[in-house]
Amino acid sequence: MFDDLLLTVLLTSIPLILAATGELVAEKSGVLNLGVEGMMLMGAVSAFGFASLTGNPYVGILGGGLAGMMVAMVFAVFVLGLATNQVATGLALTIFGTGLSGLIGAPLVGQAIDGLSALYLPILSDLPLVGVLFRLDALAYLAMIIVAVVSYVLNKTKAGLILRAVGVNHDSAHALGYRVLQVRFLAVCFGGFMAGLGGAYLPLVLTPHWAEGMTSGRGWIALALVVFASWRPGRVIIGAILFGGVTILQLVAQARGWGVPSQFLSMMPYFATIIVLVLISSRGRIQFGAPAHLGKNFMATR
Amino acid sequence: MIILQPRKHVSLRLTIAVPVLSVLVTLALGGVIFALLGYNPVQALYEFFIAPLARPDQIGNLFVKACPLIIIGTGLIFCYRANVWNIGAEGQLILGAMGAGWVALSFPEAESRFLILAMAVMAMVGGALWGLIPAILKIRFKTNEILVSLMLTYIAALLVDWVVRGPWRDPMAFGFPLTRTYPDAGLISRMPLPGIGYLGQLHWGVLVAFVVALAGWFYLSRMLGGFQIKLMGDAPRAGKFAGFHQGWVTIMVMMISGALAGLAGMIEVSANIGMLQPHISFGYGFTAIIVAFLARLNPMAAIAAGLVVALAELGGDAAQISMNIPKVVTGIFKGILLFMLLAGETLTRYQIIWIGRSQASTTTAKTKG
Amino acid sequence: MKNIFSKLMMAFASFGLIASAAQAEPLKVGFVYLTNPGDHGWTYAHELGRQQLQDHFGDQIITSYVENVPEGPDATRVIRELVAEGNDVIFTTSFGYMEQTLKVSKEYPDVYFDHITGYKRGPNMATGNIRFYEGRYVQGVVAGLTTETNQIGYLAAFPIPEVIQGINAFARGLRSVNKDATIKVIWVNSWYDPVKEADAAKVLIAEGADILAQHTDSPAMLQTAEKAGAKGFGQSSDMHKFAPNAQLFASVNNWGPYYISQVQKVIDGNWSTGEGPDHWAGNTWKGIGDDFLVLTDFKNMPADVAAKAAAARDGIGNGSLNIFEGPMMDNAGNVILKDGEVLDDGGLWSMNYYVEGVEGNIPN
Repeated sequence: MFDDLLLTVLLTSIPLILAATGELVAEKSGVLNLGVEGMMLMGAVSAFGFASLTGNPYVGILGGGLAGMMVAMVFAVFVLGLATNQVATGLALTIFGTGLSGLIGAPLVGQAIDGLSALYLPILSDLPLVGVLFRLDALAYLAMIIVAVVSYVLNKTKAGLILRAVGVNHDSAHALGYRVLQVRFLAVCFGGFMAGLGGAYLPLVLTPHWAEGMTSGRGWIALALVVFASWRPGRVIIGAILFGGVTILQLVAQARGWGVPSQFLSMMPYFATIIVLVLISSRGRIQFGAPAHLGKNFMATR
Repeated sequence: MIILQPRKHVSLRLTIAVPVLSVLVTLALGGVIFALLGYNPVQALYEFFIAPLARPDQIGNLFVKACPLIIIGTGLIFCYRANVWNIGAEGQLILGAMGAGWVALSFPEAESRFLILAMAVMAMVGGALWGLIPAILKIRFKTNEILVSLMLTYIAALLVDWVVRGPWRDPMAFGFPLTRTYPDAGLISRMPLPGIGYLGQLHWGVLVAFVVALAGWFYLSRMLGGFQIKLMGDAPRAGKFAGFHQGWVTIMVMMISGALAGLAGMIEVSANIGMLQPHISFGYGFTAIIVAFLARLNPMAAIAAGLVVALAELGGDAAQISMNIPKVVTGIFKGILLFMLLAGETLTRYQIIWIGRSQASTTTAKTKG
Repeated sequence: MKNIFSKLMMAFASFGLIASAAQAEPLKVGFVYLTNPGDHGWTYAHELGRQQLQDHFGDQIITSYVENVPEGPDATRVIRELVAEGNDVIFTTSFGYMEQTLKVSKEYPDVYFDHITGYKRGPNMATGNIRFYEGRYVQGVVAGLTTETNQIGYLAAFPIPEVIQGINAFARGLRSVNKDATIKVIWVNSWYDPVKEADAAKVLIAEGADILAQHTDSPAMLQTAEKAGAKGFGQSSDMHKFAPNAQLFASVNNWGPYYISQVQKVIDGNWSTGEGPDHWAGNTWKGIGDDFLVLTDFKNMPADVAAKAAAARDGIGNGSLNIFEGPMMDNAGNVILKDGEVLDDGGLWSMNYYVEGVEGNIPN
């Protein structure tokens, strides 16, 4: 029984891990994309649509990621090409993505798809407690692998070094001959792809449905997670499981009759986000991981 | 390679042309989307933007819809000018409505018109306090006001849900989630226009919206405080040299925008619902962000901007009733409009220049933050 | 010229000066929907009712609907727009439209309004409702006979009387056949949130429930049950196709007969705010006996269970079985009904307790 709860918590945290890891990479390059919620919704509706059309949820994964990436490109064109305000452009992306996903999804409401099935890894999945880690689905395993790869690339490779250099000071990076805009473009696209995957996880695994606005704020929590993780991929996983845990805990509390008004329990993930933001920000840790030029636009001028 | 070169001076013509062009381009793109969806684009645009104004009463309703957008948008302009990113106006609106509701429900027998004043004050206090939280956390702990104000919006929605289902529930409502109806003195009545009479649901709150926008414009453009806000937003270092305090400006703009969002919540409830219920706002706080940008951060222009955005909202209903176009199209219009406005902002300030690759290598970098 | 005249007419009508519809033209009937009619839950059931209505009257009427109308001030405007479009009868299909419907009905005394599941009404505003809880009793019977863990999970949207009635009726059915089974309730604070409904279902299953019931709108719970090998009941609409092995049966809201009878009354000119005393339930509150509530085929259960379920259904339908008949105790052990006492409709609408068999307390 406890295993089942643990598994539910893990599943709830996967979309957050995916989206937050993508956003982390974008932010490391110096771009703050507040459009995560919109990209996730686009990913969710496209994943559902593709899975429904082809009958193959794996096509849905790809469709979700690509859809997230496509809207991220729109964002990139504005923010990188036209140097528009990143905060406002991100908001525009969320508003646009919410609307467009609703429109695309209107004929899909009430349909059902076959979601991704769990792939039990032999032997490992029988282990007590940690066994649940090996009872996940392909996209969840992929999420874990991506986090590891991102962590490696950011910290141990030249590409990661360049990406971080661009985020820390784009003027020096430019002076060193790195193509700031190109690097940022790729980072934003990666962020979009990952947010799309995160969105795709909802209809492909959590519930085989499409509903308007079904991410219900997960995109924003993913943004908070990046801060929580102080821009370190490994910590994203810890944070996401924490938030997943709080989300599930409020349901468990009800099932066990803990007698707190359900609205207050529903508030917990949001409260937790604020408290965590305060704790992390106040200790000054933010300075360690935060790219110095986060949210600042780079423009080549004559 | 594309180069953005700052313009020497920005012409007034351009300043006005950009929002207008943004709206036009948005309409054109909207037409393309309609065509792609298989609707007749001309008819769809007509239903969306002209049909909702076909009758005089609908014009009144347009102002009613624009009322909260103008009020909240004016408040957000204060924030955005100071480079403080309050996107939790929705939550501040809810807290304002709760503050006003608390007064109205505490004095069910009140007949004095002071009741409505007390409600307005409490609404502004409620909204301002909710806006104060992210401001204080930002100053004290350097937390990100975007995320905090947004999280507080979710919390506010659950809070009002709880009070109308719990402590404030009308005992005569058989367990349904409604409070008692406000006393008549706590309601905002319709406003007759001289020579015309009642125009749709046009109410006195709309007048308040105009006053708020004008007062906001006056403060920002004619008073020292407004100059301070602008300076801290554009050049915080210069502001510090001038002796202004960043923290106080943050607190001030967050409280102003919170108070105005709260006021909008009170007007929305008193004019249209007359009681608290689980849902009192449907994204006005978020939509007002677009209004602030469409107005190019000028409160006076927020009136026109509020009307334009309200029209898109009304059009969503109209197009659905007459052509069965899903209502979410409104959101797409809003998103595209904001994109276009932001692009226009760049085009106003900078010239776009194409240069060849050989020249590109000689360019220098510049930070725009 | 004629065009201008008709526009003027419309303008006046919208001001409430003239509001009479021209006769001989088809009657226009408008519907206000809370969500997308494809939701396969609450609104879908209304959409099926609208289609029945249209089929029944054919050319005599024109029906239209507005979907995704939030339960706030916007609803008032949408209802007014439907009046301006010339609708003669307007059905507002969610509790949250009650005040708005009442307000607009006062402005247009010549238009007939029908509000679904509220308690306020006026001279031209009636209330329609279904005795949803009757189906819940049968669900309880089936759950009590099929559960192996004696744990029933119940997903509820909001603590309003309609939902409490459902939980209590379910518990009555459950306890009529199984004295050891109990119900755990999770409030999801939403009528339609597939992700949260699925999460709650997973938690209930993890907590030991093997039979799930829901008072929310999406098929997410049943799909979760299907995946986990648990069983459950469909809500509002038949959800068989989403969970062929998990759905035991569904209680289907059959609004068609109500819509048809209300429109027929308008056509016949004898529309009124209904029969009987003006009690809480609304003017029209019918259930299994009048086919307002229809139970789908009993599946995925042994034949003897299906037979007992059918007996309970028929007993409720012909009035021989009264769900809330004493002795009845609340879950704290207080006597609610003495032996032989029967709860009337007023008692049903003022339920603020759980009966025996439900765990915990009603929120707030």
